[in-house]
Amino acid sequence: MGGTRASKKISGSYKQIRAETLFRRSLIIIGAAMLVLVLGILFTLIVESIPSMKTLGLKYLWGRVWDPVNNIYGAFPFLLGTLLTSFLALIISIPFSFAIAIYLGEYRPRGWLSNFLRNIVDLIAAVPSVIYGFWGLIVLVPIVRSLEMKLGVLPYGIGIFTASLILAVMIIPYAASLGREMIRLVPSPLKEAAYSLGATRYEVIRSVVLPFTKSGLFAGLLLSLGRALGETMAVTMVIGNTSLLPTSIFAPGNTMASVIANEFTEADHSIYLSALIELGLVLFLVTVVINMIGKRIIKRFTNE
Amino acid sequence: MNVHVKYRVAKSRLAQGLIVALAFIITLPLLAIIIFIFREGITKINWNFLTHIPKPVGEPGGGIVNALVGSILIVLAATIMSVPLGVLCGIYLSENKTGRLSYWSRLSVDVLQGIPSIVIGIVVYFWIVKPIGGFSAFSGSVALGIMMLPILIRSTEETLKLIPPSLKEAGLALGLPYHKVILRVIVPCGMSGIISGIMLSIARIAGETAPLLFTAFGNPYLNTNLTKPMQSLPLLIFNYATSPYDEWHDLAWGAALILLFTVLLLNIITKLTTRRWNVQL
Repeated sequence: MGGTRASKKISGSYKQIRAETLFRRSLIIIGAAMLVLVLGILFTLIVESIPSMKTLGLKYLWGRVWDPVNNIYGAFPFLLGTLLTSFLALIISIPFSFAIAIYLGEYRPRGWLSNFLRNIVDLIAAVPSVIYGFWGLIVLVPIVRSLEMKLGVLPYGIGIFTASLILAVMIIPYAASLGREMIRLVPSPLKEAAYSLGATRYEVIRSVVLPFTKSGLFAGLLLSLGRALGETMAVTMVIGNTSLLPTSIFAPGNTMASVIANEFTEADHSIYLSALIELGLVLFLVTVVINMIGKRIIKRFTNE
Repeated sequence: MNVHVKYRVAKSRLAQGLIVALAFIITLPLLAIIIFIFREGITKINWNFLTHIPKPVGEPGGGIVNALVGSILIVLAATIMSVPLGVLCGIYLSENKTGRLSYWSRLSVDVLQGIPSIVIGIVVYFWIVKPIGGFSAFSGSVALGIMMLPILIRSTEETLKLIPPSLKEAGLALGLPYHKVILRVIVPCGMSGIISGIMLSIARIAGETAPLLFTAFGNPYLNTNLTKPMQSLPLLIFNYATSPYDEWHDLAWGAALILLFTVLLLNIITKLTTRRWNVQL
């Protein structure tokens, strides 16, 4: 009798061991699946853009004319449009995101006011981009149009400048919340030393906090830039969607993401579709590289 | 105090004022958007709006029930697919802090987080839409599910890292098998953090439009079949907001109000729950 009970016990523990190995293995498989997923995405983009790479070659990226009807594909207007909107947005956003980071990290790390501001920043990041686009289209475009009339440029309203304004609002949270984390990492003995030498608060920020957090703030900007480059909907709705080379920052244009969003389902032959996917591949590579550099810098910064 | 010190103090005060002013300007666009969408949207929402499909151009009235149902179904399917994967991957990464595979896995999650949503749309188009031969809500769910993964994985990993290792050791010392220690001890301890991660990831993707453009595609009629094209709130807003018709603009305003408040509410609830359990995301 005792024997059967013992064998039952043994078979029970075998079952448990089997379940345990199964669990460990499935964890490893799922961990590996993430790598497979990312490689799969890269692979798909490369394979599908091969037709365009073969027929159009490298000059595709520098071609200035995009005319799918006549089979002419040059992506330069979109590269330029993407760079213009993203960097303009970054420049507009810098004073605000750094001010938020300094305020939350240095002036008032705690308290209801800083909690309030932190929540506002988080909610800014949470608003869907299509809502930014809709609001921009109805509210911001007329404002920009009247501004353009005052400046004496062609009053499109829509265009690269409007897209940059919206993008600037959308990317502020990334640089701001990261900058805040970085500023809070500044060792207080450093700051106290400066205060004890008679430095004012501004002097401490300028000559202790900012130099110390330089690389972290830069990383925050990189992550913001990565966001801006890949942002699609808000930009598509206000940039004007023309494939002509933009002549000024007030002119309508197109970004890589917005041209994909607009033309992907209309692409009626394989080279056209493949050319759009090659844009997606470029976008993928650029944003991934920028994000990775940013994260590497942050990691090094926080480990020090 | 001599003049020089006074000048430096004044400069410091000025800088502080400037920084506070610049920092709080960020509240203006958020308030402007919320107020504007609320004012325009609230008048459009009524029972009819919530229970009818859009009318053809030129006829007033109509509603967005197709987009409401579609959004709920697409997001629900995405959640069902990605939550188990994301949570298990988070467990894997928190259990294996070092090691070659977990390094690459973690790196992949980082990369995944940075991929522009439109690129995910393209890829899912080639993975699902093209082989099947048509747009479908299911493919949209897959695209959104992929976008949920990094947030889920990160929040699970960060939550589980905070749980004291002594709990796990106690479980193992009592002779519990590894999977039971993880699933019955560690995961329940981190449940609140994991659930806020799930809610946060839902809030992130509920408003995503770009990955749905080439997958769920949109549908002017009510559809509950996941293998057919389906409308969703963000798609409806995009299509109707960029149309030249006033009736469609009205529908877009109402839809924008519902979407904006759902997303903001999810975020606020997540914040409140994480504060209560004191979990850092």
